[in-house]
Amino acid sequence: MTTAVELAAAVRDGTTTARATTEAALAAVAANDRELHAFLHVDRDGALAAADRVDALTSQGRDPGPLAGVPVALKDNLCTQGVPTTAASRILEGWVPPYSATVVDRLVAAGAIPIGKTNLDEFAMGSSTENSAFGPTRNPHDHGRVPGGSSGGSAAAVAAGMVAIGLGSDTGGSIRQPAALCGVVGVKPTYGMVSRYGLIAFASSLDQIGPLATTVADAAACLEAIAGHDPMDATSLDEPAPRVVAALDRGVDGARVGLVAELLDGAAPDVVVAVERAAEALEAAGAHVAELTLPELRLGLSAYYLIAPAEASSNLARYDGVRYGLRVDAADVQAMNVATRTRGFGDEVKRRVMLGTYALSAGYYDAYYGRAQRVRTLMCRAFATAWERCDLLLGATAPTTAFELGAKTADPMAMYLSDVFTIPSNLSGEAAITVPFGRGDDGLPIGVQLLGRARAEPRVFAAARVLEAAA
Amino acid sequence: MTATGLETVVGLEVHTELKTATKLFCGCRNRFGDEPNTNVCPVCLGLPGSLPVLNRRAVELAMAIGTALECEIRPSIFHRKNYFYPDMPKDYQISQYDEPINVGGHLTLPDGTVVGIVRAHIEEDTGKTTHVGETGRIHGADRALVDYNRAGVPLVEIVSAPDLRSGEAARAYVTELRAILVATGASDGRMEEGSLRVDANVSVREPGAPFGTRCEVKNMNSLRSLQRAVEHEAERQAAVVAAGGTVEQETRHWDEDAGRTVPLRSKEEAYDYRYFPEPDLLPLAPDATWRAAVAASLPPMPRARRAVLVERLGTVTDAQRDQVASVVADDDGGVAPQLALARVANEVAALGDPHRLDASGVVALLAMEARGDLSATQTKAVLQRMAETGEDPDAIAAAMGLEQIGEDALDATLDAVIAAHTDEWARYREGDEKLAQFFVGQVMRETGGKADGKAVVAGLVRRR
Repeated sequence: MTTAVELAAAVRDGTTTARATTEAALAAVAANDRELHAFLHVDRDGALAAADRVDALTSQGRDPGPLAGVPVALKDNLCTQGVPTTAASRILEGWVPPYSATVVDRLVAAGAIPIGKTNLDEFAMGSSTENSAFGPTRNPHDHGRVPGGSSGGSAAAVAAGMVAIGLGSDTGGSIRQPAALCGVVGVKPTYGMVSRYGLIAFASSLDQIGPLATTVADAAACLEAIAGHDPMDATSLDEPAPRVVAALDRGVDGARVGLVAELLDGAAPDVVVAVERAAEALEAAGAHVAELTLPELRLGLSAYYLIAPAEASSNLARYDGVRYGLRVDAADVQAMNVATRTRGFGDEVKRRVMLGTYALSAGYYDAYYGRAQRVRTLMCRAFATAWERCDLLLGATAPTTAFELGAKTADPMAMYLSDVFTIPSNLSGEAAITVPFGRGDDGLPIGVQLLGRARAEPRVFAAARVLEAAA
Repeated sequence: MTATGLETVVGLEVHTELKTATKLFCGCRNRFGDEPNTNVCPVCLGLPGSLPVLNRRAVELAMAIGTALECEIRPSIFHRKNYFYPDMPKDYQISQYDEPINVGGHLTLPDGTVVGIVRAHIEEDTGKTTHVGETGRIHGADRALVDYNRAGVPLVEIVSAPDLRSGEAARAYVTELRAILVATGASDGRMEEGSLRVDANVSVREPGAPFGTRCEVKNMNSLRSLQRAVEHEAERQAAVVAAGGTVEQETRHWDEDAGRTVPLRSKEEAYDYRYFPEPDLLPLAPDATWRAAVAASLPPMPRARRAVLVERLGTVTDAQRDQVASVVADDDGGVAPQLALARVANEVAALGDPHRLDASGVVALLAMEARGDLSATQTKAVLQRMAETGEDPDAIAAAMGLEQIGEDALDATLDAVIAAHTDEWARYREGDEKLAQFFVGQVMRETGGKADGKAVVAGLVRRR
């Protein structure tokens, strides 16, 4: 399997062409995706046209960009001008955005080739990609299992070698958990590091776009291409992209690593073993690992399931049948709104819209949303105290390896628990990455998670590279 | 005071559109009257994935309003106000809720009454819905058309304390507030175009008793209808009380034609807007330097200008002072203070009482003169007629046929007059200045008084 860095180098030095890398990716999709269903839409014509533009630049002796000719997959909650974007929901079926997300424009400017749009849990709400209105995605390592979610399509597309890089979005673990379950690298950048402009919002204060890739170096190259201030996103940090590629080989010598009890509590024994081995690998590379407990992290899941649905209930109000997407006609506007939303949204989306509406309602706001925000503040303080003693935190990404299709669909709480280790850093905004590290008793991939303080991506990537080398 | 001796209590909520070049959260043009749905983009259409970015100029204008109303300008945040409505693209409105930018100011009316300003906060406007069908009303309409040009236009909502005690006082408050908004440059103050919208909270009580239950009255689109609506609503409530009933808290709609208010929705039907902090925007905290720059950029406010004018008038009658006050208070309309001063001190003062002038008519007339639509002579003639009939200056000028003739027509007329009076022209050219007036008179006769005398003199000098 050729990495993105290798592909780009070959395209840039003329060893191959973007046309060739793109055709290879399209062929891989054609060969694998009938079974895996990672893609909701393959933009063959658009991809080949983009490849030809890259090749034209190269032949003119101009710089085609650091990701020249690298096939990429885009989670279908990222707007793509002229290409259908559904968020895996019936309510947006057939909608074609008139604009592209900032990250898409930046990838294309860097020479990358968007191959198509990948499957997800409807509006990114789920942990298995089974909540897609268009059918589930299968895990490339075991077709009877889920790829995780909500960015399951991008994770599966990368893991199956159809594309070198996938973009996902991570609201409570939606990049890291599927990356772990599919055995690839997944990055949840510091909140504000990557522009959200053009990302169909689930929970605005938690959503963050990031890469999925087969190597830490590929993820770094992608992050440098998409990160950095965007004037179209008021919450984007007012600073350039972090220099993560240059930091990859810095190692972890002397780094203080906290092994967080709450990020292991409840994990399966094989997952715990993998994390402990990862700790040993970091120590072997010169880091000082110490066990640490951050009890506030236990409150994360409860706070998350109030804050995220509350924001979602507002973000998803616009799907009312008036301007775009599905419309189910009825006697008057209000009845049309209700009929459209009743038919257009799936059960999990409805569940969260109702939860969020309740949490924000007069008389309940203080007890639910208000209290959850106070918990969030506590979580930020807990991390702040950890950073006084540690440079990095280590834990599991997901409690188990990939579970079977249908295993948790009847039990929302069991599904929610698969994000228990990833949610805290969404609430606090911290930088996070998952790296494949060994296999479980069932032979399936396990991911271990590294956290760094906000803007500490260079350090986080360097440590991830150490684990990658030791895995 | 109502007919039954109850005291009227009024607080006003005034929404003003801000005169920015672009909308509150995107780069679309902020302009009234354009072709529907031409000033729109993913952001103000609320398309999936779009995000708001705050317009710095809108914040400055909001700060200017706050400064002019002597508010405290505070760190503030935006909230989402959630409710479904087809002309609101996101189905929530971005507004300021419990932490607004301006709090605790006041406004002093020309008669000295001080009205508290509770807050003046920033929010976005909605689109505009037109119901199309046989009746033209919502019920029975075949379909609705929505124009999103107005969606996302910046607004400031100015909430007064319940310090007003009559419909007349409510009118005086909005008149003064409008003049302030125009003076700050934040608003053009046009109630008819909806750039200034007023809702009134009205209640009645025995003088000195605690406040009664209030009703919110909407849909007043002129100062006159505001005053009428407040007076009618107070009388309606007084009648309810007199009949032994209790006033229900509700929102009522002013029906201009019927001259009464009708219920729109009751407290029980009130929305739960589920306000929560807008996660897509950062807190707003203008620093002292920025606040000071905004304050320094403000021109003198109407109250200060009135004081200067009154002083410059010297000894004036009360009637003159009131007239000057109302002219400048109402709206500059582009009228230079010197012009207002001159016309009011001379022509208006000369009319004697009683006359039927109102301040807004005088301002409109002086604006016509300032724009050059009317000559000084014509202005005086229209003013005379306005004082007699109370009609609008536009209507009078049109009825009198007083549109000034254009430059080309004036030149042609002047040439013809000169050709017909060669002797007088020769004497004028030799230095007989008195003959200039002769030529002006001849041109006026030929044009039926539609020429600008100064332009005629200028034409003579050019030809000399």
